[in-house]
Amino acid sequence: MTTEDLHELAEKETDRQRQLRDRILYCAAAGCVSCGSHATRDAIKKALKERNLEKEVEVLGTGCMGLCGEGPLVKISSDGSVYERVDEETGRRIVEEHLCEGRKVGAHLIDTSQPFFSSQQKIVLEHCGKINAESIDEYIAAGGYGALARVVTEMQPQDVIEEIRKSGLRGRGGAGYPTGLKWGIVRKAKSEQKYAVCNADEGDPGAFMDRSVLEGDPHRILEGMAIAGYAVGANQGYIYIRAEYPLAIERLKLAIKQAERLGLLGNRIFESDFNFRIDLRIGAGAFVCGEETALLRSIQGRRGRPRPRPPYPSEVGLWGMPTLINNVETYANVAPIINRGSAWFAGIGTPKSTGTKVFALAGAIRNTGLIEVPMGIPLRNIIFDIGGGTPEGTEFKAAQTGGPSGGCIPAEHLDLPVDYESLATVGSIMGSGGLIVMDSTSNMVEVAKYFMDFCMDESCGKCIPCRVGTVHIYGLLDTISRGKGTTDDLALLEELCVMVKETSLCGLGQSASNPVLSTLKFFRHEYTDLLSKPESFVPSVSPDPASAGPADGPAANDGHDSTTHA
Amino acid sequence: MASTTTSRPPDSREAAQRHPSGDNRFKLLDRTITKHHNSGDALIEVLHAAQGIFGYLENDLLIYIARALRLPLSRVYGVATFYHFFSLKPSGKHTFVLCMGTACYVKGAAVIHKEVEHHCQCKFGETTADGNVSLVQARCVGSCGLAPVAVVDGQVAGKLTAASSLDRIKQWQDEEVTR
Repeated sequence: MTTEDLHELAEKETDRQRQLRDRILYCAAAGCVSCGSHATRDAIKKALKERNLEKEVEVLGTGCMGLCGEGPLVKISSDGSVYERVDEETGRRIVEEHLCEGRKVGAHLIDTSQPFFSSQQKIVLEHCGKINAESIDEYIAAGGYGALARVVTEMQPQDVIEEIRKSGLRGRGGAGYPTGLKWGIVRKAKSEQKYAVCNADEGDPGAFMDRSVLEGDPHRILEGMAIAGYAVGANQGYIYIRAEYPLAIERLKLAIKQAERLGLLGNRIFESDFNFRIDLRIGAGAFVCGEETALLRSIQGRRGRPRPRPPYPSEVGLWGMPTLINNVETYANVAPIINRGSAWFAGIGTPKSTGTKVFALAGAIRNTGLIEVPMGIPLRNIIFDIGGGTPEGTEFKAAQTGGPSGGCIPAEHLDLPVDYESLATVGSIMGSGGLIVMDSTSNMVEVAKYFMDFCMDESCGKCIPCRVGTVHIYGLLDTISRGKGTTDDLALLEELCVMVKETSLCGLGQSASNPVLSTLKFFRHEYTDLLSKPESFVPSVSPDPASAGPADGPAANDGHDSTTHA
Repeated sequence: MASTTTSRPPDSREAAQRHPSGDNRFKLLDRTITKHHNSGDALIEVLHAAQGIFGYLENDLLIYIARALRLPLSRVYGVATFYHFFSLKPSGKHTFVLCMGTACYVKGAAVIHKEVEHHCQCKFGETTADGNVSLVQARCVGSCGLAPVAVVDGQVAGKLTAASSLDRIKQWQDEEVTR
């Protein structure tokens, strides 16, 4: 494979597409598949066959089209019309009315000029929903592997790192470490063997960005990893992916096979001396494996338990060798930066947080789905313009970012720009991109308890603050939520949260108390309303059921919980 | 006396791998083990393969894997119990995996959780007494746009209510009765 061969392949595929009368794209991401998009596809194919159009009109499955709550989604390539809730009957009508008679099927047509579509800026997701996720030819026709060709044949590794550094790209896994800097450290580390790892262990509940990218544009990740491998001097890559994402695993396996067949992965890539292979490693359901040192241990077949840093994986990683670890979305940004230049990328977003961020919008919001927005956009725009606000009759209460490691942002901070620094000022984090909206029906103490239950269960048990602290925080939250807490319990809760945050070994423990601390900061009254009043507090053996305060939960009074900490 | 303890001849290693029961499924597992050159680093891949072939990881299987990969049994057992995905007990005929991710939680998964437990008379993480239905709790299946979600016998079912979830479980139970 040479650069010329790549161009030839791209032209061949473009020609093939040009000769078609039209292309019908259906969303084949997990969300739409579970709504029955395969049945829709079959109905469309059958309708085409009945009209002898099956050779002129291509039907293809793409990655996520964004509006996951309204699936299955179908798009007509020639005029860009998007249809929602396309069942078999509607699929047949689209062929009959739209394709044959040129009449749009009004009832299912989505208005693509609405802010959900017009306010987005797509870089990471530029191919999602536009190309066949299972075809390497289509990826190449869309300019794919061009960046890798350029890097390998024209650029020095140092230049690649410099380009990434100048773009201002920061790690999209949540912490926001400058990517160029990390690549530079791995490059400088002296070792015969280096590795590049892609962290696709998307464990935050409510986050499905990485899954959507892997399902919709798997070659983008392979290309990004190969470029990274060239830059840092690695010849072996690993993608560590959750076992819960079977479709993404299947597509990645296929993509790796296709790339190997064309010589885009393997030995002597683009007839240079650069060799790079990628293998998959399937996770087994442990949230802590999203932490980089735990992830590395898991790749080596051990329990996913973190270790203290330094040494950082960029110096001592897989099998003791320097290892580069980046998130899926970070790798997805690499090829566009090489193609369009660092200045272009640095011009998007804010000076400190450049580029775009993909968010998974879910919860109490009208438009649930996958969105990509420039950094620094106010939270209000995301929730009310793109998301369409909360459902009828309810009021916005809080937005939760960063999953169990993040915090709840209340209505008064809605104008906060979404970037790494601003989110940190209100006690939340950017996180990997899950954005869950809560309305007036959500009880914030219960929300905090939900996240603590998660962290308690997922704590690996290695360090004591996290293993024991989370259990006690959960116990205190439980006591308070049942209306049996005292002011002392609340004080102890805060003290314990700070202690766990400051003394835990890894990110899981260090951020486990964020949901509690942020809800305490902004929704403190919900906690204090639940406290039993000091004067009616009876720490004796004969509890008075009426003294349990304004409890809304099942007040099974045993009188012991509140006395424990008195 | 020749020191054969340091490096075992290849045929004895093969013999150590062959399972005395003669169960053909072990041959399938051996294929995965050989693919990874009997390396202990591939333990998680081998456990995935074993669970895929046998359905769950019984003690005998863990001992077999430990010997094939030349790892202490404590390591194999430790890894198998550390990860949620591996199951050491057989699962029921049908599985109902309820997603308890944040989006599902906000949209009422807790109510479904309670109702289903009540109906099945068993907790999530357990199998009904008749071995028909296993209730499993998932962290997040990533179909947040369809919350609340459950994976019902491998198929994602979205926008569930307590009633529609119970309908599916009742259907399995009815099938069992008519059988």
